[in-house]
Amino acid sequence: MRATCHAIGALLLAVLGACSPGENNVERGNREGILYLGNGSEPQTIDPHVLSGSPEARVARALFEPLLTRNPYTEAIEPGVAERWKLSDDKRFLTFYLNPEARWSNGDPVTAEDFYWSWERAINPALASSLANVYFIIRGAEDYHLGKIDDFSRVGVEVLDSHTLRVELAYPYPFALNNFAYIYMAPIHRKSVEAHDGKTRRYSAWTRPGNLIGNGPFQLADWKIQRYLTVEQNPHYWDRDNIALKSIVFRPIASAATEEKMFRSGQLHATLLLPNNKTPSYRAQAESPLEESAQMASYYYALNGNTAPLNDKRVRRALALAIDRETLASTVLMDTMIAWGGYVPVGMPNYDHPEPLGFAPEEARRLLADAGFPDGDGFPRLSLLYNTDENHRTIAVAVQQMWKTHLNVDIELQNQEWQVYLSAVREGNFSIARRGWNGDTTPDSFLDYMVSDSIINVTGFANEFYDDLVVRRARETGDIDALMALYQEAERILLDEAPIIPIATYTAKRLVQPSTTGMHGRIVDVYNYKYVSLDPTAKAWQWQKPEP
Amino acid sequence: MNTNTLTDIDQAEEGRSLWQDAWARLRKNHLAVLGLVVLVTMIIIALLTPWIAPYSYEAQNLDLGATPPSAAHWLGTDIFGRDLLTQILYGGRVSLAVGFVATAVALLIGVGYGAIAGYVGGRTDAIMMRLVDILYALPFMIFIVLLMVVFGRNVILLFLAIGAVEWLTMARIMRGQVQSLRQQEFVEAAVSLGLPASTIIRRHLVPNALGPIIVYTTLTIPSVMLLEAFLSFLGLGIQPPQTSWGLLISYGAETMEEYPWLLIYPGLTLTITLFSLNFLGDGLRDALDVRGSKD
Amino acid sequence: MGRFLTARLLQAVPVILAVITVTFFLVRVAPGGPFDSEKAVIPEVKAALEAQYRLDQPLMSQYFAYLGDLAQGDFGPSFKYPGRSVNELIGAGLPVTAELGLYALLIATLIGGSAGVIASLRPNTPQDYIPMALAMIGICMPTFLLGPLLVLVFGIELEWLPVSGWGDIPGDKILPSITLGAAYAAYIARLSRAGMLEVLSQDYIRTARAKGLPEWQVVLRHALRGGLLPVIAFLGPAFAGLLAGSFVVETIFQIPGLGRFYVQAAFNRDYTMILGTTVFLSTLIVLFNLLSDIAAAWLNPRLRHQFGSGS
Repeated sequence: MRATCHAIGALLLAVLGACSPGENNVERGNREGILYLGNGSEPQTIDPHVLSGSPEARVARALFEPLLTRNPYTEAIEPGVAERWKLSDDKRFLTFYLNPEARWSNGDPVTAEDFYWSWERAINPALASSLANVYFIIRGAEDYHLGKIDDFSRVGVEVLDSHTLRVELAYPYPFALNNFAYIYMAPIHRKSVEAHDGKTRRYSAWTRPGNLIGNGPFQLADWKIQRYLTVEQNPHYWDRDNIALKSIVFRPIASAATEEKMFRSGQLHATLLLPNNKTPSYRAQAESPLEESAQMASYYYALNGNTAPLNDKRVRRALALAIDRETLASTVLMDTMIAWGGYVPVGMPNYDHPEPLGFAPEEARRLLADAGFPDGDGFPRLSLLYNTDENHRTIAVAVQQMWKTHLNVDIELQNQEWQVYLSAVREGNFSIARRGWNGDTTPDSFLDYMVSDSIINVTGFANEFYDDLVVRRARETGDIDALMALYQEAERILLDEAPIIPIATYTAKRLVQPSTTGMHGRIVDVYNYKYVSLDPTAKAWQWQKPEP
Repeated sequence: MNTNTLTDIDQAEEGRSLWQDAWARLRKNHLAVLGLVVLVTMIIIALLTPWIAPYSYEAQNLDLGATPPSAAHWLGTDIFGRDLLTQILYGGRVSLAVGFVATAVALLIGVGYGAIAGYVGGRTDAIMMRLVDILYALPFMIFIVLLMVVFGRNVILLFLAIGAVEWLTMARIMRGQVQSLRQQEFVEAAVSLGLPASTIIRRHLVPNALGPIIVYTTLTIPSVMLLEAFLSFLGLGIQPPQTSWGLLISYGAETMEEYPWLLIYPGLTLTITLFSLNFLGDGLRDALDVRGSKD
Repeated sequence: MGRFLTARLLQAVPVILAVITVTFFLVRVAPGGPFDSEKAVIPEVKAALEAQYRLDQPLMSQYFAYLGDLAQGDFGPSFKYPGRSVNELIGAGLPVTAELGLYALLIATLIGGSAGVIASLRPNTPQDYIPMALAMIGICMPTFLLGPLLVLVFGIELEWLPVSGWGDIPGDKILPSITLGAAYAAYIARLSRAGMLEVLSQDYIRTARAKGLPEWQVVLRHALRGGLLPVIAFLGPAFAGLLAGSFVVETIFQIPGLGRFYVQAAFNRDYTMILGTTVFLSTLIVLFNLLSDIAAAWLNPRLRHQFGSGS
């Protein structure tokens, strides 16, 4: 008995005694050039052709480099593996000249053949990549991916010499270069992938530490599931002199609340998110570490136009006009989203937005009455479906009440966990469903997904004129201004028909230590670690308790 | 001080019925009495909620937002400007209902199953109890999560799922009771009279095994309520617009630093209720002299 | 004893088989599959993907193929983490969960044991009520209330302890262990109080008292040994319960343990991972129950006799 007591005491001391404060991650990281990043959920894979989520993409950005990269502040195209590029006069051919200094992390040169092999792999039907559509800008790529042609040499990719690659575009598209900066178009190292039989087999070990060979600014050092993933400087990287960081530690932290606490205790240089309810108190902090910027992402409700009464345009518009977006944003959302009644996010470069849907309760009531539901009489009890999440619930509860107040319509809330929600939406098993979409700095990265045959368009919205605008006519013009005018017209149709009710534009909210510069990005997933640096002498940011 | 140890209980005075006796002992246990009073009050409040709630359940006031307790809102408001006291009152109806109904499900299955196994005995009993042993080994918490994921949330399923987990111990207790009662003369007399088994079980066995069943039921309710609260915390239990204490706590936990009252008051309410149930259960256990009812 | 052991081991086989079968078919009924995402995959692509994981085959042949792999100790590849095997994921989560469970049990035994012993010395007085009520906090407060409250007080207000993580910074294991252990403290308190009450009324304790030994010596030297026996028998099942039930705490404190993997797998429809963790945990529970039965049989001569006679 006594021995047991001693053992228990000793063990407890071991647990509790380890409680002495040490130097925090941030200060050690500042000094040694190690960046500690909150990175959302555990990366499922870091294979650039298989990944589809943003935690994965952020890691892959460090390990792989496509032909082009983007400036995190201006979103402008910058050199990646390609040191320069040329668009043919007829705007049909893009020629990329690869940097002769570009190397894999084992010292092998990165060649045009590497890209040719990698791109074939990425759109090979057997790999079943969910983001192969990025490649469809290349002539024939879509057919190859769908198995309509099985000869890759018929796809518009041509190796002119070991460091020159020519691509034939499917149509003249002024923003085609953006696609070649997506991480999904990065090359992978043929020999090491084949050594682990990973060409089209997902259950392969080629992405493990020790096996993985990449061409990005960093190389994979260590990966402990649910603990951390560490990358270190790649000594063979062509632009290594411009990399300030020695290493990056990605921490998988799925909860934004936890991330915030870790940031506050000096364990992270930057978080990915910040819970809404913490935002006001961070805004009030002196020298606030909070960085907020509008994102190229929309929050909206999809209406199932295949069911009555949502097949009536007047009902759809009535619902859309009865939402007081400004109040929603300024009260329960605490200005953590931007109230916006347009589908294309506010702040889209080069784009002249059509008039967004506003708050017009009188008109909404009139429309509803015209549709046969005066003062909400006889309106069926529709349900509003959203996936389980605090933010979605908040918006839904408030919108439900607004519809009740302004239209006297009762809507039922229905929350489902993610997978159930997805299958309900896909099978058209909903009336009103919460949706969100992350795009790029071009309107088509939103509008393209509302054409009648898009799998993302779950509303039943099918408008020939709209389809013609965003597909045929947009692809015929190579001129930016003309293109933007077409997109504006298309969005005007969309907002008039209201198959979806746009509610807000997302804002990125992240906490960044004062020692850290360059953690910036308006487009979801675009980090450019080349721009990130740490102040070696800076202290960790300190939370000031607010005055009571 | 005269300590009321187990030996004292054994020397129960004669001439009073078992129940009067138990009641006298229970009354001496201040904590148990307190628990009973709190519990009865809670139930009365829950029944009267639609008439006594200070505000309407759904009324929002977005411009008011979350405010700490005040004269107008005794327990404060949530971010929608809804009255927290009203939310807790309505949530209590759901939480208590889940607690009682799911326990009733467990009680029905467990008592029936245990009584049959104990009464019939022999090979049937062996097989039936082996099945209970097997079910004990399943990771039930995990199965409930899976069930809720698979079949989606609905309250009926929640009752059934929870009830299905909690009946096992009830069955074991009942079987033990019935086995010992069967040996007794009045039961053997009933058997020799040719009364059907169902009548014997209903008239003689169940009433006489009531003590342990009451005790264990009282102790099952709090664990059921905990389970419901936990499922709601995972987003798998009760869903809006309905609410429950577990759901209120899980919302409150998200904003506990900014609006601590949203966590503290629902948490306090649930904790007080569970304490009351546990005190009452322990008190009943002592009063009815039930030992080892929690195996 | 040998017969008893063999019988119990054989009994475990159908239990595990039942678990596998029920889980296997249950997850397949769930809406949504492992390869669904918001980015809505083209049907052709999804078909190719499902073929990679045998999902295109008839359900029964998938089931038997799974059993075949399982017999060789192979839980298969994870669907959600391409390139990872379920064995590997379980291997990564188990040590963490086991460590958490161990600390929690230690804390539960310390808190519950001392509360029970103190309470038993003066039954039905405040010295009984107060420790027992305190120990009861764990079963009267949901883990997800106690956890945040501890975080609020010790992590945020007092800033004494870290509030999340596992093994990242010193002291981050304390709050999760207390939170998890609290629920078991109440049971241990009840068991030890009852055990002590029984022992304290026995003759040899009275003799020791009559000899004029100081009360603390009577308790520590003589009573404790017998009084805590029921607690020791309880530890086996308790540990199994802790392993299976730790996922709440792991979720609250973001601990990379088996429980959190399980919950995520259920939400992700990672079929093999759900199956793997469920089967693994059930096996552990069966094993620990078996161990505690053996321990109980050894500790209790009456029971030992019973098992020996094979009743």
